[in-house]
Amino acid sequence: MTKQATTAQKLWMYEKMVTSRRFEEAIARIYLEGKQPVFNMANGPIPGEMHLSDGQEPCAVGVCVHLTAGDIVTATHRPHHQAIAKNVDLKRMAAEIFGKSTGLSGGRGGHMHLFDPAVNFACSGIVGQGLGPAVGAALSRKMQGKPGVAVAYIGEGAVNQGAFHEALNLASVWTLPVVFVIEDNAWGISVSKAASTAVPHNHVRADAYAMPGHRVENNDTLAIFAAAGEAIERARSGGGPSLIEIETSRLAGHFMGDAEAYRPEGEKDGLVAKDPIPAFRRHLLESEGVDEQDLVLIEDRARDAVDEAIAFARQSPDPDPADALSGMFVETAGKGADA
Amino acid sequence: MTTEIKENERKLTIARAMAEALAQEMRIDPRVFVMGEDIGALGGVYGNTRGLIDEFGAERVRDTPISETAFVGAAVGAAQDGMRPVVELMFVDFFGVCFDAIYNLMAKNTYFSNGSFRVPMVLMTSTGGGYSDGGQHSQCLYGTFAHLPGMKVVAPSNAYDAKGLMTTALRDDNPVVYMYHKGLQGMGWLGTERGATVHVPSDPYEVEIGKAAIAREGSDLTIVSIGIGVHHALRAAAQLETEGVSAEVVDLRSLVPLDRDAIRASVAKTGRLIVVDEDYRSFGMSGEIIATVAEHDPAMLKAAPIRVAFPDVPIPFARVMERHCLPDADKIVAAWRTIQPGARS
Repeated sequence: MTKQATTAQKLWMYEKMVTSRRFEEAIARIYLEGKQPVFNMANGPIPGEMHLSDGQEPCAVGVCVHLTAGDIVTATHRPHHQAIAKNVDLKRMAAEIFGKSTGLSGGRGGHMHLFDPAVNFACSGIVGQGLGPAVGAALSRKMQGKPGVAVAYIGEGAVNQGAFHEALNLASVWTLPVVFVIEDNAWGISVSKAASTAVPHNHVRADAYAMPGHRVENNDTLAIFAAAGEAIERARSGGGPSLIEIETSRLAGHFMGDAEAYRPEGEKDGLVAKDPIPAFRRHLLESEGVDEQDLVLIEDRARDAVDEAIAFARQSPDPDPADALSGMFVETAGKGADA
Repeated sequence: MTTEIKENERKLTIARAMAEALAQEMRIDPRVFVMGEDIGALGGVYGNTRGLIDEFGAERVRDTPISETAFVGAAVGAAQDGMRPVVELMFVDFFGVCFDAIYNLMAKNTYFSNGSFRVPMVLMTSTGGGYSDGGQHSQCLYGTFAHLPGMKVVAPSNAYDAKGLMTTALRDDNPVVYMYHKGLQGMGWLGTERGATVHVPSDPYEVEIGKAAIAREGSDLTIVSIGIGVHHALRAAAQLETEGVSAEVVDLRSLVPLDRDAIRASVAKTGRLIVVDEDYRSFGMSGEIIATVAEHDPAMLKAAPIRVAFPDVPIPFARVMERHCLPDADKIVAAWRTIQPGARS
C-alpha cells in the first residue's frame, strides 16, 4: 500500500527544502538589520515577530508533495516552509513579509497572515486556528462533489487547544477529506511537551476520534512521505480524516531574538547534528544514486529563487499609508445564484 | 368555502420570515447551507430553520456537535472555498467559546488577504432577555460585535425587515452577523411582541444593509433604537403623543454599516435625542449614536442626549431585578421628562 517516492519526487522535496532553508537564512539576516546592537522588534526592514522554520522542512515537503494546487493547506504562525512547499508565489510572499505593496496582501497581513488563493494556501497567527477552516474547506469540497483534500498543519502545542478536539471530532463525524499534521518540535515557546501534554505521543489521540493515527520519528522525510501518502489517499478516496504526528526539530528559537535559555545543555547541538537537509542530501547521493552535480544545480536554483524574491521585496515600494483604511469589505460580485 | 389570505394581509413572525428567506435562497443558490445546533429536525430552538430539513435534507441543513469553535471555523473555511454557509450560534452569549473564529478569522481574513479570500457567510444568533433566563442566556452584545471591524451587523425589529435583511445577507460577499431578538421571534413560549409580526411579501426581496428606517415620524424628539428597543420606543411615542409630544422613532436595522445620515437628519429636525439600547450602557451602541451627532454638530442638540440602556451589570435572574434594568416604554417617557422638566407628568 505504501508507495515509494520516485526520484523526481525526492528531488522536488530536496529543492523545496533547500529553498525554504535559504529563504529562512536570508530572512534571519535581514531581520537583524536595524536591530543591532539594541534589539527592538519594531525596527529594521522586517519588523514584528519572526518565527522561522529551520529544521521543520521535511514536514512541509513530505506532505505537500502529494498535493495539487487545488488542495487546501491551512498553516501556522511558522508558515514559510509550508508556503514554499505549497508553491506560494515566493516573490509576493517575501514582499508581504517585508510589508510591501507588492506583497500577497499588499502589506496588510505580514508573515503570519499569508494568503495565496492560486494555491489555496492560508495561515494564521493563533495556535490551532487553522483547524476549523480546514474542516470547512473539506466540507465544501465534499458538498460540491469537487476533488480536494485539506491539510491542517499545527504544532504539538495545539493538541491541548479545544479547537483540536472539536475539529477532529467534526471531521470524523462527517467523514471529511482532511489530514491533520502535527509538527512536534517538542517546545511550545519555552514549555516542553513533557510538561504540557498528558500523553507522550499525540498520534494516539486519533483513537478518540475514530481515525488512523500515524507517528513519524526522527524528522524522516521519506517516512513522512509514506505516512502522508497513505493519509491523503484515504482522504481523496472518501475514507475520511487522518492524524499524523511528526517528530521534528526547531533549529531556530521560537521567534527571532529568543535566547532559548530553557533548552537543556547540548540539545541544540544534537538537533543541528541531525539536520534533516544534509541527511536527505546524503540519502540522495548514496542510496538514490543522484549526481553531486545535479544537487549543486538544484541548490543554485534555490539560492537564485530566494535572491530574486528578496530583491523583489526590497525594491518594492511601501504601501500607501492611507490604503490601510480600505478593504474592510469587498464589493458583492453578483446576486444569488448568478454570482 | 375556502378563505384565501390576500397577499397584502399575509403576516409572518420573524422566525417564519427568516426560514422563508433561507428556503427561497437555498432554492436558487446551491452554495447556501445551514449548520448549527438543533437546526435540523427541531427546526432551530427559535424556529428560524423550521421546515428546511424536510425540503433540503440533512446535507444542507446540518445539525452539528456542540462545537462552536469547530463549526464557526468550518463555516469560514467553507465560505473561503466558494460556499455560502449560514451558521447559528444558539445564544449570542455563547460567543465566548468561539470568538476567535468569529473576530480573528471570519472578520479579518478579507482584510488580511486584501480581498483575495472572501468570507460570504451569515452568523445568525439570538439576543435578548426579559424572560428570566439569567445572565448567560439574555445578553444582546450588539456593541461587542459592532466594535470589531470586519463584520456587518444587522438586527431586525419586524418580520418584513427580517426576511429582507436575511436575503440581502445571504447574497452579500462579506460576513454578516444577524442578531435576532428572542422576544420578537413570535414564539409563544418566549412571550411575543405583537408589533414584530407584520405583513411579509411572498416573493424574495432585499432590505439594504446599512439603511435605517423611520418607524414613526415626529418633530419634537428623536428616539433611536434597534430590535426590540424600537417597539419600546413606539409605545413611548404613542404615550407621548397623548401629551402633545411628537416623537420620531429611528429603527437602525443595521449597526455595521451604521446609517449616520439618518440619525443626524432626524436630530437636525427634532433637536432632542434619546437612545434606547438593551445592550450594556457603557462603550456601546448608545454612546456611538450620541457621538455620531455630537461630532457632527453639537449645536443640533437643544438638550443633552439621554441613554436608556442596560446598566453595567450582568443580567440578573429575579424578575423584578431584570425588569428594573431592562429598557421599556416607561423608562423612555421618564427620560423625556428629564429633557423637558416642564412636561406634564
